[in-house]
Amino acid sequence: MVSAVFHSPLEAAGADKPRTVVLEHAAKPAPTVSRTPAPVSRDPLDWRTPLGHLLPPMAGLALLIGIWALLTQKGGSFPTPAATWAAAVKLFAHPFYSNGPNDQGIGWNVLQSLQRVGLGFGLAALVGIPLGFLLGRVALLDRMVSPLISLLRPVSPLAWLPIGLLVFKSANPAAIWTIFICSIWPMVINTAVGVQKVPQDYLNVARVLSLSEWRIATRILLPAVMPYLLTGVRLSVGTAWLVIVAAEMLTGGVGIGFWVWDEWNNLNVAHIVIAIFVIGIVGLLLEWTLLALARRFEYQ
Amino acid sequence: MKPMLEVQGVGMTFATRRGPFVALHGIDLTMQRGEFVALIGHSGCGKSTLLNLVAGLLNPSTGVLLLDGRELQGPGPDRGVVFQNHSLLPWLSCQDNVHLAVERVFGRSEGRATLKERSLAALELVGLAHAKDKLPGEISGGMKQRVGIARALAMEPKMLLMDEPFGALDALTRARLQDELMKIVQATGATVMMVTHDVDEAVLLSDRVVMMTNGPAATIGEVLEVPLLPVREAARNRLEMAHDQGYLRAREAVLEFLYRKQLHLEAA
Repeated sequence: MVSAVFHSPLEAAGADKPRTVVLEHAAKPAPTVSRTPAPVSRDPLDWRTPLGHLLPPMAGLALLIGIWALLTQKGGSFPTPAATWAAAVKLFAHPFYSNGPNDQGIGWNVLQSLQRVGLGFGLAALVGIPLGFLLGRVALLDRMVSPLISLLRPVSPLAWLPIGLLVFKSANPAAIWTIFICSIWPMVINTAVGVQKVPQDYLNVARVLSLSEWRIATRILLPAVMPYLLTGVRLSVGTAWLVIVAAEMLTGGVGIGFWVWDEWNNLNVAHIVIAIFVIGIVGLLLEWTLLALARRFEYQ
Repeated sequence: MKPMLEVQGVGMTFATRRGPFVALHGIDLTMQRGEFVALIGHSGCGKSTLLNLVAGLLNPSTGVLLLDGRELQGPGPDRGVVFQNHSLLPWLSCQDNVHLAVERVFGRSEGRATLKERSLAALELVGLAHAKDKLPGEISGGMKQRVGIARALAMEPKMLLMDEPFGALDALTRARLQDELMKIVQATGATVMMVTHDVDEAVLLSDRVVMMTNGPAATIGEVLEVPLLPVREAARNRLEMAHDQGYLRAREAVLEFLYRKQLHLEAA
């Protein structure tokens, strides 16, 4: 930085820090510098304002819809943005109607899916988090189970579904089982890694104070692992929400996944597009909620 | 009166991938009550290992350590440890960090209010009562180290063990904390063992400077009695020390040991 100042005193004249250096040069027959005010920002818009934050994503969305409109303006089986919007307005006018088990509003479908995700994910958390703690604390167990996890983790959710159907002899528990088995791995792995990465300093504190195992667990391990654990939860919920659509397509009943399949059989493409947006938005909301939760457990 | 700490023929050998590594051997050291001993030596000389042995974080391969006449069995709250990197739990406030220690030691015998008073009193001792509700992430490095000292002192340990407590601080903060530590030693009469690599710190604070030879198989090379009044009786003024003959001679002796007698080994 300093050498830059020496090379170009003109530019530095406006800056604050190297003033003394600039003055020495200015004492000589220095070229008079017209004191143009320092440019505040090259952009006409301040990107830090709420408007500045909102504008780029809105522009991206507009671009997507624009391309969509261009591609569909000649007609065809794919609906235009306007037609989709019209269908959406009609659809969301009555989100919670119910005409029997096979014809329910989109609100019911989303809630049904969320309930399955909640159940499957909840059970996974109940099993996965304690299991993660165990694997993190007991090295032998970790060495036993880790290869199994590596083997089972990449298996597609759909491969688990027949096992669920076989065991539970019913579609709904099979879907929940699929969610459970697919969303358990990120929680197990992240919790275990979190426990293994608890800084040795904290454990030394526990040792020199000779704290009880309970105190160590509640005052040191749990808070230290919390950020890792929540990352695992976030990944798990994301996976669960991904899996539910596929599972419901196969199992049927009420749910957003089956709804998509149903609308495909009706050849109602506008509704499929709407469903894609709904699935995306719900997933985003889940992610944001968990991110907000995770931020409360950040230290330093 | 029996000594506070007796280290008798202690050696420490670590098992490494390339075979056993002898870190310490033949360590004999006795510390009296209220004494302030500084351990000094080049890095890797095992001075922290010796402190960890006294703390009970390590078990000696040979020899015994006696605290107040009893053989040491693992770590315990009768020795307050101050770590170099403060090791405060970042999710607990300053007072709660101290409280964790207080609760452990006095939780069975005293009520909640008394326990709280104790942790607050410990923070007051290091001049941090005003920061009791702050999280460690919200205070400076010097303040964190003071909370660490408060945590160690709050347990009313028999000994205070400090592992380069001011090593990570800037020179001005370090000087201020050294002065504060001297006041604390005066107020509490604590028995302190401090690991340091700072010659001035060792001579300024301690009654005896234990100088360690270079590792491997490090041992105590020389022990220097600092020819000044014990810190617990009179805090030393660093400005006066700058031309105090006793201080200067002690300083020279330590420098002589570190940079003439032990230098050739460090190069290897």
